[in-house]
Amino acid sequence: METTMKPTYIKRKRNGQISIKAGSKSERGIRWTIILFVVLTIAAFMFFDYTGLELWSAIIETGQNLKVMFFQPALNHFTWAEALYQVGVTLGLAVLATVIGSVIAFFLALMAATNLTKEWITKFVRVIVAFIRAVPTVLWVLIFAIAAGLGSEAAVLGMLFHSIAYLVKAFSEAFEEVDKGILEALKATGSGWWHVVTHGVLPSTFTYLLSWTFLRFEINFSVAVAMGAAAGAGGIGFELFMASGFYFDLREVGFITYAILLIAIILEVFSTRLKNRYFPSSMSK
Amino acid sequence: MSEKVMQKRKWQTTIALVIIIAITYLSAAITNFNFIDGLAAFPTAIGWMFSHLLITQESLEKLPAILGKLNETIFMSIAATTTAAVVSIFLSLMGSKTTSVNGFLSMFARLIASVSRNIPVVAWALILLLSFGQNSITGYLALFVGTVGFLTRAFMESIDEASHSAVEALTATGATYFHIVNKAVLPQSLPQMISWILFMIETNIRSATLVGILTGTGIGYTFDMYYKSMNYNVVALITFSIVIAVIIIELISNYIRKVMM
Repeated sequence: METTMKPTYIKRKRNGQISIKAGSKSERGIRWTIILFVVLTIAAFMFFDYTGLELWSAIIETGQNLKVMFFQPALNHFTWAEALYQVGVTLGLAVLATVIGSVIAFFLALMAATNLTKEWITKFVRVIVAFIRAVPTVLWVLIFAIAAGLGSEAAVLGMLFHSIAYLVKAFSEAFEEVDKGILEALKATGSGWWHVVTHGVLPSTFTYLLSWTFLRFEINFSVAVAMGAAAGAGGIGFELFMASGFYFDLREVGFITYAILLIAIILEVFSTRLKNRYFPSSMSK
Repeated sequence: MSEKVMQKRKWQTTIALVIIIAITYLSAAITNFNFIDGLAAFPTAIGWMFSHLLITQESLEKLPAILGKLNETIFMSIAATTTAAVVSIFLSLMGSKTTSVNGFLSMFARLIASVSRNIPVVAWALILLLSFGQNSITGYLALFVGTVGFLTRAFMESIDEASHSAVEALTATGATYFHIVNKAVLPQSLPQMISWILFMIETNIRSATLVGILTGTGIGYTFDMYYKSMNYNVVALITFSIVIAVIIIELISNYIRKVMM
């Protein structure tokens, strides 16, 4: 038989050529993942609900809408001062959720760091955080809106959940990278757990914590816009929702979009600088 | 660390804290946020959740319909992410320092990415809703645009990080641009890129809920309907099914990451 003639350690193609692609496990993994993506994408387009869609006219209309929005922005239903105030409200919601979230996350992260706490507590905190992260923020806000009543309290409480989940992960990873020697030295002097945290862990991670908090603030700004639009939390997001959903005023939508874009870009420039300064390799995941 | 440096650091820290506290108070004033009310509302809210958000036998009857909508939402986010990834690969190749063709194209790619990323998904959804109407395509396009912006930035970072020396080596052998991209840049940054795509699929399922509430599609719309008719048992059921779906997808993508790396 022909197969007995072939040494088993050389892979050949069907026509006898030596295969030059070895195909490690990771390569096969990548190939299968891509195939999976393609299959799922094709399936998705077949599942879609196409009711009332006229693609070409919709695309042309969207093009015209975008033109009006971006080239003729104007304010009709409120003044510049009010617009500024609404942006302030959105920024305020983002600040509150970030600051309160970071304080709570700090304590939870201490419990979630493996080098500071017992293992079962760590696991417990992590499972809870994973659960919180899986619920979309808008659902948290809507649930709190019935449970705690409407108002900024419900919005901030709802936004807090995701901020805490995100920051606990980031903070606890920062804590775990604290030099083991520092902790050991402090323990050797007989200092308690709390002393270890305030004099060993906190000083060496403080700048990281601040920059992670700022990165989260950038995310929270767009979350706050979204909550204004979808959960009635007020601010510029709510105005956007009113302008497009009730007044159908594209020029106002354009103005609001520009305002949001401006602030988002300012925040992004800041956070990119922070990232380059404190996290030279990309750690943003 | 000398004492002077420590002193200076202490001052910086104190000033930073004072500024943060001041900004927090200002924000509370603007948004009419009351710390004590917020604190008091929290236990009542949690108590309310445990007493009202219960899955009952009656609500379980709605499960097939909910799962159908959830399915639609998951497929929508996957399709939006994968098609956005294809566009992002081209944009990031144009925009990245290692593989850029010329300065103008690079600027162009970065501008597109920045605009589509920094205008929130909500704004895209509302804009597209005006002419596309209530169907899956509206949500799909809103997610698509936001994802293109995010993935382009992520891909540019992975390309710059992964393939600098390989590109230099291939350039030295006289390889063409197409060869360089195909044989050095893509193979080296592909695992990283897939990891980002998986991350984005998870994120998009959560955003899809939000977009669904605004555009009246998928699981978000179902949630909104039962929420507004105050049928909280079904609301709880929907929330739990989203949580389970997100966690399953997270586990699958962790597994894929482990196999790839």
